[in-house]
Amino acid sequence: METIETAKIIKVAGPVVVAKGLKNAKMYDVVKVSGQKLIGEIIELSKDSATIQVYEETSGIGPGESVFSTDMPLSVELGPGLISSIYDGIQRPLDILKSTKGDFITRGAEAFAIDREKKWDFEPISKVGDKVTSGDIIGIVQESSIVKHKIMVPYGIKGEIKEIYKDKFTVTDTIALIKDREGSIHEIKMLQKWPVRKPRPYKKKLPPLEPLITGQRVIDMFFPITKGGTACIPGPFGSGKTVVQHQISKWCNAEIILFIGCGERGNEMTDVLLEFPELIDPYSGKPLMERTILIANTSNMPVAAREASVYTGITIAEYYRDMGYNVALIADSTSRWAEAMREISGRLEEMPGEEGFPAYLGTRISSFYERSGRIKCLGSDDKEATLSIVGAVSPPGGDLSEPVTQNTLRTVQVFWSLQDKLAYKRHFPAIDWLTSYSLYLSGLSEYYKKEISEEYIELRDKSMALLQEEAELEEIVRLVGVDALSSHEKLVLETARSIREDFLLQDAFDITDSYSSTKKQFLILKLIMEFHKNAEKVIERGVTMEKLNSLPVKAKIIRAKYIEEKNLKAFSEIEKEIISQISSTTD
Amino acid sequence: MIKEYLTISDVAGPLIIVEKTIDVKYQELVEIELSSGDIRRGQVLEITEDKAVVQIFEGTTGIDVSNTKVRFLGKVIELPLSLDVLGRIFDGSGRPIDDGPQIIAEKKLDINGNPINPYARDYPNNFIQTGISSIDVLNTLVRGQKLPIFSGSGLPHAKLASQIARQAKVLGKEEKFAVVFAAMGITFEEANFFISDFRRTGAIEKSVMFVNLANNPAVERIITPRMALTCAEYLAFEKDMHVLVILTDMTNYCEALREVSAARKEVPGRRGYPGYLYTDLATLYERAGRIKDKKGSITMIPILTMPEDDKTHPIPDLTGYITEGQIILSRELHHKGIYPPINVLPSLSRLKDKGIGLDKTREDHANVMNQLFASYARGKEAKELAVILGEAALTEIDKKYVKLSDDFEEFFVKQGEDENRTIEESLAIGWKLLTIIPKEELKRIKDEFIEKYLPTDIAMEDKDINAVKS
Ligand SMILES: Nc1ncnc2c1ncn2[C@@H]1O[C@H](COP(=O)(O)OP(=O)(O)OP(=O)(O)O)[C@@H](O)[C@H]1O
Ligand SMILES: Nc1ncnc2c1ncn2[C@@H]1O[C@H](COP(=O)(O)OP(=O)(O)O)[C@@H](O)[C@H]1O
Ligand SMILES: [Mg+2]
Ligand SMILES: [Mg+2]
Repeated sequence: METIETAKIIKVAGPVVVAKGLKNAKMYDVVKVSGQKLIGEIIELSKDSATIQVYEETSGIGPGESVFSTDMPLSVELGPGLISSIYDGIQRPLDILKSTKGDFITRGAEAFAIDREKKWDFEPISKVGDKVTSGDIIGIVQESSIVKHKIMVPYGIKGEIKEIYKDKFTVTDTIALIKDREGSIHEIKMLQKWPVRKPRPYKKKLPPLEPLITGQRVIDMFFPITKGGTACIPGPFGSGKTVVQHQISKWCNAEIILFIGCGERGNEMTDVLLEFPELIDPYSGKPLMERTILIANTSNMPVAAREASVYTGITIAEYYRDMGYNVALIADSTSRWAEAMREISGRLEEMPGEEGFPAYLGTRISSFYERSGRIKCLGSDDKEATLSIVGAVSPPGGDLSEPVTQNTLRTVQVFWSLQDKLAYKRHFPAIDWLTSYSLYLSGLSEYYKKEISEEYIELRDKSMALLQEEAELEEIVRLVGVDALSSHEKLVLETARSIREDFLLQDAFDITDSYSSTKKQFLILKLIMEFHKNAEKVIERGVTMEKLNSLPVKAKIIRAKYIEEKNLKAFSEIEKEIISQISSTTD
Repeated sequence: MIKEYLTISDVAGPLIIVEKTIDVKYQELVEIELSSGDIRRGQVLEITEDKAVVQIFEGTTGIDVSNTKVRFLGKVIELPLSLDVLGRIFDGSGRPIDDGPQIIAEKKLDINGNPINPYARDYPNNFIQTGISSIDVLNTLVRGQKLPIFSGSGLPHAKLASQIARQAKVLGKEEKFAVVFAAMGITFEEANFFISDFRRTGAIEKSVMFVNLANNPAVERIITPRMALTCAEYLAFEKDMHVLVILTDMTNYCEALREVSAARKEVPGRRGYPGYLYTDLATLYERAGRIKDKKGSITMIPILTMPEDDKTHPIPDLTGYITEGQIILSRELHHKGIYPPINVLPSLSRLKDKGIGLDKTREDHANVMNQLFASYARGKEAKELAVILGEAALTEIDKKYVKLSDDFEEFFVKQGEDENRTIEESLAIGWKLLTIIPKEELKRIKDEFIEKYLPTDIAMEDKDINAVKS
């Protein structure tokens, strides 16, 4: 990047540096600070000084040192080579930094986000003479065994293809020439740049249509998120936010996954890095890493880069969405992003809002989630695509009344409420079935009826009703003891327990249990409810709970979650056993 | 040439403001000389064109505005290191206090360190046997993990930490190890407990201690853990040692941070702690870990006392959000005479899943662990119900769960201060406890393991429970 020396530092306070004499500086321009060329971004401008947030450690920097402007906003590089990468918050490739700088992240490291040497097989799909417009796909590169990277006409360009080549190219080679109406020729390259704080444009937003299947029973059955939808997952530490998010990244049926480790643990990123190449994507049969991009700005990495990481991630996600893909962005944790904002805002001595967070917290959170959606892409072929967002929230002390949770709940459509009480019992995922909600539920009814079963909705509603009833009965038990309950009520408690333990509880670390197809989810719940329905009949005739519980088929219901996907036929056998064994209790 | 200033304009709490400064850098090391000849050290917290805000580690008592000399040393704080640090005791700023010689530095390292590149990390997955059942079976510690102890005033966290330091080993391996110990604002008695315990067991030879006591300067506590961790990184990543770092008491560390923040008139976060407390703690805790292709590792056990035993207080709360689990001590168990008083339900080791199982501990480990958690939780719940409604209100099965949870505390959690149980012994106690409930209740355990490991010879209910330990 060209840099011209222009200004002098007058103040350093942690990640915030103030400089005087920056000419033609613009908000959000990137600057380089001191001889070490630390990367920073202008976040406040006054007549004669600019405030800069610096994305690297500022110790040893002092007044009088130079600041260089680049005249460019903070941008990401887009093009083939993104998939399987791991970047820091400002898209520096961590694998390259390790090989050039060593095991620790030191300052002033520069590396291209996208490899400039690597050659890709560019397969044109447009031809000379075609009239093309922004967003049109002119060619394809096989980026990984799963992902076909679609090369699009960059934003703002429209015209006629004058030349287009089929060959092996680096991302900076010219692959096509487009002549616009004024007659100027644009050289099209695979590499594009986009400023991270500016949402990428699309034609229009559409209402969500389909669920984003996660393979997690409590989510898909009771609190689904849609392709293009938004969900948040707040919970105290250790309640399972990260595991749920890892599970979604592993098993959801999006085509591209962006996982942002925003101010969280280093080892959790390592976990993903070691595990994803080994795991097989259930939809494509290829390693999961081949559809995944990681942004890792861990808690100990510079806080300003943490603030940027969320934007870096979503811009890359939008880019793949624009190719027509279903993309899922997972951010762990948005609270750390909000805290980075608070830290910077504090250093700027801005007027604090609630709990020291800046007054613009709510706007920032909602405009972030607004970048999700099901959309009609730019380009003449009217492709549809989706970008879903799942954000973890880490409320201090687990108290949901705090600003980040409240502002998030105001925008997202799905709330997965994690309870530490459930986690202590090792009921995972610790998603509380009584307080969680999904506003997409009713809109998806048709989908479930068509794709899975006519009975689906009824089954789901009945089992949820039982869980609600359990909560009320537990109250009574707490006051007067279990003997006060009728035998029917005891059955309700028993079935609710079975729903909790045999359906909701799902072990992320068990190979089979980790992922359940929607079909299997339906079948398990159906077994439990079938048992309930049949038991209801006999319990009126005096059959005891003990007797019902000791039926051999009970053990089969408990083990049903371990039935493999290829064996789903086994369920109808168990269902028959339920009917025959229960009816035999009255013999 | 180092320039000397006589231009202090303000003294506020632990801070001084120096004017007319030239060429001073952020975080630069500062030395001040009082009119008494007393020398103190500090660090630049904020710097503008002609003014520096400096925090003084030894406090500002006795500083006078017109006669105190300030020298900016042109470097950040560094720790001199060589293998000779082993067996030595230093004060909270890294100066020897054991009458030994100064360390002749093989290397001087910036105490702030640098973040480990997440791509360079290796996942911690080597089981550490601590000999303590409630840790080994239920909240397994692995090499390279950061696992804090959340304690309360008067609870035996020091005993527990030194028992872990004494007994911890990776099965089947003899490798170079060391203990780095940082004391922040603890009492002389407590520090002395560690020192004499390390002496008694000979561990002192392999230890490095950084000690800031309750009567030592509070602000110094901000650099003490950084000294210790810099030393640990040197031993682990340059000298191939497996280092166990004990940091105690993190609560005092955070209070020092709050004091400085208040003096700077920063907008406070929760309960007066600075808004950057999370980030600051992360720059300490995240220094634990393993690095690919390096032999050594840093395993960290920070200890903190929860103010009013409140886990939602910002210090335990933010710690729990960064560390890889937590061991929580319970006052209730302590009062019942149970040592170690580990409250297993809210305790957690996040890294256990990859450190246990076949070839690491035993194939049935994960199942036994889940079953014990679930059963103990159920027993505790039933017990609460019994408190309100009386034993009679419990179903037969719940009564068995109550017995299981009582015996669990008495025979599984409770053990001697020098009792070092192997993982097999711990698992065996677990299995025997599970015989208290009917076999059908063992829903979290695979049939094959029940067949293989469930003891059949003892009907636990009526037998002397001591049979459990045989
Ligand atoms: N997420 C939750 N929200 C509200 N209440 C809950 C939640 N999870 C559990 N509970 C309630 O906690 C109480 C006791 O829990 P639970 O029934 O799981 O214990 P248990 O079944 O006796 O134990 P076990 O899991 O060993 O069988 C019940 O009232 C249950 O509904
Ligand atoms: N679905 C699950 N199955 C099994 N264990 C889980 C599951 N979810 C969470 N856990 C356990 O809980 C621990 C904490 O979960 P984590 O996602 O790291 O919590 P958080 O991100 O909320 O702090 C994990 O290390 C794991 O042991
Ligand atoms: Mg987490
Ligand atoms: Mg239960």
